[in-house]
Amino acid sequence: MGEFTIKLPDVGEGIAEAELTAWHVKVGDIVREDDIIAEVMTEKAAVEIPTEVTGKVIWLGGEPGEMLAIGSDLARIEVEGEGNRPGAQAAAGAKTPREPPEQPATKAPEPAPPEPGAKSDPDAGPDAAPRPLPRPAARRREGERPLAAPSVRRRARDAGADLRQVMGSGPAGRITHDDLSAFLEHGPSHDGPTRQPDMSVSEERIIGLRKRIAERMALSKSRIPHITIVEEIDMTDVETLRARLNADHSGTRGKLTVLPFLMLAIADAVAEQPAINAHFDDEAGILRKSGGVHVGIATQTGGGLVVPVVRHVEALTLWEAGAELARLAQSARESRAGRDELKGSTITITSLGPMGAIATTPIINYPEVAIVGVNKMQMRPVWDGSGFVPRRMMNISSAFDHRVIDGWDAAVFVQKLKTLLETPALLFVKG
Amino acid sequence: MEPIETDLLVIGAGPGGYVCAIRAGQLGVSTVIVERNRPGGTCLNVGCIPSKALIHVAEQFHIARLQARDGGALGISVSDPRIDLAAAVDWKDGIVSRLNSGVAGLLKKAGVKSIQGEARFIDGKTVMIRSEMGEQRLTARRIVIATGSRPVELPDLPFGGAILSSTQALALTAVPRTLAVVGGGYIGLEIGMAFAKLGAKVTIVEAEARILPQYDTDLTKPVAERLKELGVRVMTGARAGGHAKGRLNVETGGGSERIAAEKVLVTVGRTPGFDGLGLDELSLAMSGPFLRIDEQCRTSMRDVFAIGDVTGEPMLAHRAMAQGEMVAAIAAGRPGGWDKACIPAICFTDPEIVTAGLDPEAARAAGHAVRTASFPFRANGRAMTLGAETGFVRVVAREDNHLILGLQAVGAGMAELAAAFSALIEMGARLEDVAETIHAHPTQGEALQEAALAALGHPLHI
Repeated sequence: MGEFTIKLPDVGEGIAEAELTAWHVKVGDIVREDDIIAEVMTEKAAVEIPTEVTGKVIWLGGEPGEMLAIGSDLARIEVEGEGNRPGAQAAAGAKTPREPPEQPATKAPEPAPPEPGAKSDPDAGPDAAPRPLPRPAARRREGERPLAAPSVRRRARDAGADLRQVMGSGPAGRITHDDLSAFLEHGPSHDGPTRQPDMSVSEERIIGLRKRIAERMALSKSRIPHITIVEEIDMTDVETLRARLNADHSGTRGKLTVLPFLMLAIADAVAEQPAINAHFDDEAGILRKSGGVHVGIATQTGGGLVVPVVRHVEALTLWEAGAELARLAQSARESRAGRDELKGSTITITSLGPMGAIATTPIINYPEVAIVGVNKMQMRPVWDGSGFVPRRMMNISSAFDHRVIDGWDAAVFVQKLKTLLETPALLFVKG
Repeated sequence: MEPIETDLLVIGAGPGGYVCAIRAGQLGVSTVIVERNRPGGTCLNVGCIPSKALIHVAEQFHIARLQARDGGALGISVSDPRIDLAAAVDWKDGIVSRLNSGVAGLLKKAGVKSIQGEARFIDGKTVMIRSEMGEQRLTARRIVIATGSRPVELPDLPFGGAILSSTQALALTAVPRTLAVVGGGYIGLEIGMAFAKLGAKVTIVEAEARILPQYDTDLTKPVAERLKELGVRVMTGARAGGHAKGRLNVETGGGSERIAAEKVLVTVGRTPGFDGLGLDELSLAMSGPFLRIDEQCRTSMRDVFAIGDVTGEPMLAHRAMAQGEMVAAIAAGRPGGWDKACIPAICFTDPEIVTAGLDPEAARAAGHAVRTASFPFRANGRAMTLGAETGFVRVVAREDNHLILGLQAVGAGMAELAAAFSALIEMGARLEDVAETIHAHPTQGEALQEAALAALGHPLHI
C-alpha cells in the first residue's frame, strides 16, 4: 500500500491560486483513475480536477470556499503498490496501514458522519444546533391537511373553527387543544392565518462562480463612472425580416433571434467608433481599441451569470453569428463552455428577453468600456404623423465608461444602432 | 294507510343505515328506517359476520385434521375429525340472529321506527313504502340512501344452481369436493381458503396477474404461500367461461382448460343496490355506477344523503358506519364533515392482512419523501408461541417530521392491530411516539414498536 498525493494542477496561465468550490468525493470513498474528485474556480472558469490513480481517498486538502495555491496538496489517495509519497509509505508500512500517519489536519476537513437517523431527526439531541425558541406555529404546505387528533377536530367543528387556519405547535405541526383554544380566544391574526412573521435567517457562503461575479461587479461599479443611455427602436422591419428568414431557413440553419441582428449592428457601429470596442487599462492609462469585435453575451445559467464570447463578429454573416450564439449559450447553460470561450470579449450584450423591462442600467464588463442592454420588445402605438400605428418597439439601455467615452460619442453610437436596426437592409448593404 | 311524516328517513338497515338511525334517534331526530330484509345488511347477514364464523369453523377443523394426521408438533392427538357443515351453519345462523335482534333492539331503544318493506322514491322528499301491510306514503325532511351493494354476476355464470354468490356460499350445508373461485380478491380468497381448510379442492381463477392486486406483493406473498401449502391452485391471468357437467371452462394465455368444479363461487366485485328504489325519479349525479357525494355525504339533491356501498369504494362496513354517524349529526343540526385520516381495511385470509393509511408507493406518489421499515414475526416471541411466524408489521413515515402516514401488517390475528394502526394515524403520531410507548410483552403488537424503532435506525430485536 502506498500513498499518492494529488496536487492542484496549473489551471490557467498566470494564476497562482484557485478557489475550491466542491468536493465530489469524501474520505473513505473508492475512486478510479480519471474520476472527478473536486471542482475549483479561477477568475476565468470552473475546472474539474480528476484523480490520476485508483484507490481510496484518505485525506482532503480543504473545504469549499478556501483558496488553494497552485501546486499545493489537494487530496491523498491510498493506492496499491507504491505511491508518490515514499516517506508516507514507509511510515504506513511500519505502523498501522489503514491509519494515515502524521497530518494533524486529517480530522478537520471532514465532519463526522451523522448517527444513523440523526440527520433528519426533527428532535435531534444535544449535538444538533441549538433550536430557536419554539415558533408560534408550524407552517403547513399549501393544501396539506391539518394534523389534529379526532377530539380536536370534533371540538373545532362544534365551535365552527376551520382547522386549516389554526397553527399547530405540537410535534410535526400537530394542532393541540391549547392551539385550538388560543385560536378560539384570539382568532386568527388580522392579516389572515397563514401570514406569520418569519424570524429565521439562513446563511449561505458566497463561493465559486457567485463569488467571482460579486468581485467583478464590485470592480466594475467602483472603478467605472457609468453613463447610461436609453433609446427606443422600432423593430418592426427587423421582425418582419426575421420572421421571413426563419420561415424559409430555420429548418436547415437554425432559428434566428434578435441578437444576431444587434451583434451585426454593433460591429458596424464600432467600425466608425473604434473607441467603443476597447479595453481601458486604467492602471497603465491605455485604451486598447480592438479591431476584432468580440461580443460577450451575458447568459444566465444554473450557477449564475457567465459571459460566453462570440468572436470576430465583424467577419460573421447573420446566420453564422446566430449559430455561434446558440452553440455558446447552450454549452454555457450545460456548464460545458471552455475557458477560452468565456474570455476575451471587447463589448457585451445583456438581454433578459421577455423579462427585459422597459429600461435597465447595465454594468460594464470590466475592462470593457461599453455594454448594450436589450429590453423587452412589445407592440406600442406610434404616431406616424396622421394617426397611431402599432409598431414593435424595443428599448436598448446602453452604458459607457464616461472616463473615455463622452456623452456625445455614446449618443452617436446609440443612434447608429437605432438607424441600422430600424432599416435593417443597411446591415447588408456595404459601402 | 295513513301517510307518515318524519324528520329523517333511512333507506336500508345495513351497518351504515342502522348506525345513522340509532345516532339520529339518540339525538332526538324523529327517524324512520326501512329495510326489505332483516336488519344488519350484507355485513351482518351474508357478509362480514357469517364469513368470519365460517373461517373460524374451517380453521378449527383444519387444525384438528392436522393433529389427526401427524400428531402435530404440539403433542396433541386427535382421531378422525369430521365436519358437519349444516351444524356449523346453524351455529353461524344463531350468531346472525342474535345480532339481528340486537340491532332491532338498539333501534327501538333509540326511538327509531323500523319498517320492513321496500321504499320507492316519488320525489326528493317522498317515498312509497310497500310492505306486507300494503302501501304507505312517507314524507321526510331528509332522506338517507343506504341500500348497500350486491355481488356482480357474470353473463356466462349466472347465479343459481352450482354457481354461487358469496351469500349462497356461506349458506352451503355440505362441503363441495371441488370448488372454483372466480375472482381472487379478498372475498373470494377468504371464502376459498375456508373451504380449502374444510376439505374442498379449491381453484382460484383471477383475471389479473396476481391475487389481491390492490395490495403490494410484500403483503400478499405470505397469503400466496399459504394457498400453496393448502393445496389451492391459483390461476392468474385467467378468465372463466361457462360451467357444465361439474367443470368450469377457463381461458388462460396458453389456451383453455376445463377444471373440476362441483360448485363455482363468483366474487368479481359488488355493484350498488339501487333496484326497486326508483332513483330515476331523482336523477342524482353519479360517479361511475355510484352516487356522487360531497364531504357531508350529500348527493346532488338537497337533503338527500347517501352513505356506504352506494357511494363507492372502499365498500367497508366501518366506513359506512362512520358516514352514518356523521349524517345523523348533520340531521340533528350539528356541524359535520368527513375528516378521517384513514379507513383501515382488513383481509381475513390466512394470514390476515391489515392496512391503514398510505403504503410506501402511495405515500411517494402523494409527493412525500418517506422512510419505511418492517419487522418480521420470525423475530417475535409471541408469534413463535402461536406457531405463526409468517408475516411482518410495516410502517411508512414522512422523512422530514416522521409523521406516520401508513401502517400495514400481514400475519396471524393481525386484524386486531387495526385499532392501534388507525388510532395512531388519526392522532397524528410520529415514529418516536410509537418507539417510546411501552408495548406489552409478549405480544405480536411488539412488532409495531420494533418497526418504528427500525424506521428510526435503531431496532432492538433484529
